[in-house]
Amino acid sequence: MYKILYADKLSENIYRMVVDAPMVARHCEPGQFIIAKAYEEGERIPLTICDFDREKGTVTIVFQPIGVSTIEMAKLKTGDAFEDFVGPLGRPSDLIDTPVEELKKKKIIFIAGGVGTAPVYPQVKWLHERGITADVIIGAKTKDLVIMEKEFKEVCNLYITTDDGSYQRKGMVTQCLQDLIEKEGKTYDHCVAIGPMIMMKFVVKMTKSYNIPTVVSMNPIMVDGTGMCGACRLQVGDEIKFACVDGPEFDGFLVDFDQAMKRMTMYKTEEGRALLALKEGKTHHGGCGMCGGDQ
Amino acid sequence: MAADPKMLVKVPVREQDPKVRATNFDEVCYGYNAEEAMEESERCLHCKNAKCIQGCPVSINIPEFIAAIKKKDFKEAYNVISESSALPAVCGRVCPQESQCEGQCIRGIKGEPVSIGKLERFTADWAREQGIRPEPAKEKNGHKVAVIGAGPSGLTCAGDLARMGYDVTIFEALHKAGGVLSYGIPEFRLPKSAVVDQEVENVKNLGVKIETNVIIGKSITVDELLTKEGFEAVFIGSGAGLPMFMHIPGENANGVFSANEFLTRNNLMKAYREDYDTPIHCGKKVAVVGGGNVAMDAARTALRLGAEVHIIYRRSEEELPARKEEVHHAKEEGIQFDLLCNPVEIHVDENGWVKGIRCIRMELGEPDASGRRRPVPIEGSEFDMDVDTVIMSLGTSPNPLISSTTIGLDVNKRKCIIANEEDGQTSKTGVFAGGDAVTGAATVILAMGAGKAAAKGIDSFIRSKGN
Repeated sequence: MYKILYADKLSENIYRMVVDAPMVARHCEPGQFIIAKAYEEGERIPLTICDFDREKGTVTIVFQPIGVSTIEMAKLKTGDAFEDFVGPLGRPSDLIDTPVEELKKKKIIFIAGGVGTAPVYPQVKWLHERGITADVIIGAKTKDLVIMEKEFKEVCNLYITTDDGSYQRKGMVTQCLQDLIEKEGKTYDHCVAIGPMIMMKFVVKMTKSYNIPTVVSMNPIMVDGTGMCGACRLQVGDEIKFACVDGPEFDGFLVDFDQAMKRMTMYKTEEGRALLALKEGKTHHGGCGMCGGDQ
Repeated sequence: MAADPKMLVKVPVREQDPKVRATNFDEVCYGYNAEEAMEESERCLHCKNAKCIQGCPVSINIPEFIAAIKKKDFKEAYNVISESSALPAVCGRVCPQESQCEGQCIRGIKGEPVSIGKLERFTADWAREQGIRPEPAKEKNGHKVAVIGAGPSGLTCAGDLARMGYDVTIFEALHKAGGVLSYGIPEFRLPKSAVVDQEVENVKNLGVKIETNVIIGKSITVDELLTKEGFEAVFIGSGAGLPMFMHIPGENANGVFSANEFLTRNNLMKAYREDYDTPIHCGKKVAVVGGGNVAMDAARTALRLGAEVHIIYRRSEEELPARKEEVHHAKEEGIQFDLLCNPVEIHVDENGWVKGIRCIRMELGEPDASGRRRPVPIEGSEFDMDVDTVIMSLGTSPNPLISSTTIGLDVNKRKCIIANEEDGQTSKTGVFAGGDAVTGAATVILAMGAGKAAAKGIDSFIRSKGN
């Protein structure tokens, strides 16, 4: 069992948990992920590592409940435990392997969207610890969904934008990037974008036009996370790559986002059914014509 | 003397009716009861030079355990098997006996061989029902050995070492022990809680510790196990986990799965059960590409999930690599075999889902390196099949996670770890390997044989260090 040492909510629907997992904490690097399973019947859920403490042996995860297993996971409190917690999985961010002197010459921009803000944090923090201060754009639908502002402020130049303009800048992250470059005289030679696939797709479209090499972190459907099932396969340039072992970070210019987004819908109906059954419990006897409960 | 005609055939084994079992995940074969096992045991000729033992990769003393069954001393039969095998209830169910022990049986020259597999299964099941477990070593020798992977080779190697007195820890990447026995082979062929979990318990009972959720190469490396964690030797039995794809157009469409994914969702994650969260997608008409045991497992699983299932295989029935029993069972259940054809493209609808598969007909040419006649496409013979799900079951290759993170561990060009057959020794001192990680995808029993050989190799390695 992997004890939850601390659990809180970062926004209405985004949860943070600090988990006791010494082996993962000892070996993980920014960019990698873990797989958590809360209980025997639960799904294996891949989650990017948001922070870690090698001495204390803890790993911090941030997630947004969307299916049955993550909704159940969100109910866990400080003192509860995950049945399974395995990692670190995937390759560390390429930044980690780049000589610090070289990184210092680069102007780096991170673009974070929604719950994808969390995995950006360890990379930015890692750079900050090496005397490099990156620019970071955090995008959210609305003010209440902006997460980790305080943590980020300590380690980077932070720009926040909300779709509805309820906090700081107004508009999508791409708007903010465009403004920074075109109106505020910023230049960048490396971009890291992590967030919903649709956001990454449009960020890449824009950075391509500015010719800024862009790394994206892909979060496709996974089962084992060790290269065994191939559920997470992506078209990257001419090749098929497995996000779990070849990624999760890839050259954004080469990723086929449209295909990746289609693949994300694979279990939509099945998940919806399971969710309905969970919400309505024993009172759910069909009638919706969707879930098969009538049959 | 005219042979008793009854002695020429096996005592038939009771099975679930094909029509009924096609709709459930309960075990297909019921196995022998005590009377049937004793009757079958009468057929053994107790050859002095027992060919069956030579046919067994773990060299079970087959005539001896069958003799014990004949005397109704089932405990003795279990003890004889346990000397050689840690997983008899598994092997009795999934070994390709026809090409091993039973393939060598003298009875088989005129008539059917003795049903060794079913007798082994009976003995193991009987012992389990009686609560009999193998005995742990009386004395510990204090030497620590790490085993990577809780599949057939790892469990066997760990069990053998524990019996010799070693302090053994198995590290397993998944959340459950068993390897392919848990994630790959379906419930209807190998029950999980009744058989696999029990045999894993037996290994634990020998004193073996199993740490799940540890990925060697990621959570910790082989070198760290040897230098920091105090293990004197490491056995790598990490299997062949990476699925192969055909690299044909449409293969990334929704509804195309590797057999590994399809089976893992169903078996390890129990997607077929209402009370488990993991979803599985199985359409109405499924094409399974491949002809091995894994293809049969995927096909029969899809059938039980309610689909019409076609096996697409590029050679003819004779070359099907699957066990005869699996092919027979699959046919009985209504799986359709489209032989001598090969997919060339998967048709995809506007939403990215599979809507069909284009195949080309094949004919058999000259034998290839494997000795089987090579399939050659017949030009212009392409045809389309309407399917909504495609399961690729083309084989697997070893996962490079361990080999790429272990200093001085040599692999061949297929990414298989190079290891001696007789003792499992790799290019790195103190590191042994066996099973699919070395051979590429093979069988449960061959992996067990390699685990056994490596246990001996590790024992003599540690002894030779003179401490």
